[in-house]
Amino acid sequence: MSYLVSHPGRVAALAGGHLELVAVALAVALIFALPLGIVAARRPRLAPWVLGTLGAVYTIPSLALLAVLVQLFGLGFTPILVALAVYAQFMLARNVVAGIAGVDPAQVDAAHGLGMSPAQVLLRVEFPQALPVLIGGMRVAVIAMIAIATLGGYVGGVGLGVLIFNGLTLHQPQMIVAGSAVACALAVALDAALRLAERLVR
Amino acid sequence: MSDFTAHVAEHLVLAFSALALAVTAGLPLGIFAAGAAAVRGAILALAGIGRTLPSLAVLMLLLPWLGVGSAPAIVALALLAIPPIVIAVDLGIRGVPAAALDAATGMGMTPVQRFARVILPFALPVSFAGLRTAATETIASATLATFVGAGGLGDEIVRGLQTDDPALLFAGAAAVAVLALGADLALGLAGRRVTTLA
Repeated sequence: MSYLVSHPGRVAALAGGHLELVAVALAVALIFALPLGIVAARRPRLAPWVLGTLGAVYTIPSLALLAVLVQLFGLGFTPILVALAVYAQFMLARNVVAGIAGVDPAQVDAAHGLGMSPAQVLLRVEFPQALPVLIGGMRVAVIAMIAIATLGGYVGGVGLGVLIFNGLTLHQPQMIVAGSAVACALAVALDAALRLAERLVR
Repeated sequence: MSDFTAHVAEHLVLAFSALALAVTAGLPLGIFAAGAAAVRGAILALAGIGRTLPSLAVLMLLLPWLGVGSAPAIVALALLAIPPIVIAVDLGIRGVPAAALDAATGMGMTPVQRFARVILPFALPVSFAGLRTAATETIASATLATFVGAGGLGDEIVRGLQTDDPALLFAGAAAVAVLALGADLALGLAGRRVTTLA
């Protein structure tokens, strides 16, 4: 912990970079997962295939996927960003499907009966009801992304992993402990915050 | 290739030892949590926090105290595998229908009989699902053990990255993925078997 006390600015900057990486990855991931989940929810026969494929991708160990992505994109911000966005797909799409499946069909029928367009039904009826489940998926995805983002210190020089891997190279246990402890704290704090958000929109 | 086989073996030893430790600690803890209403909340809250901690961070936090090598890696991986097991065992036991428990007591079963003949068969499938989660996660996380000098398939991936040898890197990556998917599939099948037996 002494590194944390002696270099608070450096730790804070890397924690900020860590959060920024996770936030950008979540935004990118949602761009793909939302339409994918909505399409899968509309076609029940397609859903197991989409989720099964994403689930299989999710079982690929992060270091392995990251190593492959480094071959494609080189070292830096891109491979770790792509890795995070790819891993998040399964948890996000799964919960979009579950969220839409949980919407009361009578309300959807009523909305159609009122003359709402499919887009209006999605935005005004389905989306608000699916939101808590979607936030639940975002929470699980964010926790996983904070963990995988620590490898950004290994392949991209971003985030709290920089302290961990520089600490390993320089034999500075205090750096390693500071990076690891703050990464744990971020995960616990964001888990609590998103649980609260989930309850507030319910 | 013998080097590769050695790394596969190392990887499996790491994962299995950690899982064995985690089951040894997690199973009684889960049973205890399900039975002890007073501490159940605290145990599950701790398990919930354990589920959120990044695996690399847990491996690294133990480093200053336990040093490098396979022993600290096994301890860290076991710590990471305990929460899913505890949560699933507790869930499984609390899912036992109260009517079945009442009937067992009414039939004059002793607490041990009640546990073996009623609680265990009901709780086993859910508990087994927890073991499955823990196993796939442990095999995946064991890749990171290379960073604390514990060997395993992470060595292949890291060496492939450092020497810019895609063949080595892909072989290591594919092997971990196959092990994780294989364990998931095998435990899924075994879980169904357990369900029908029970």
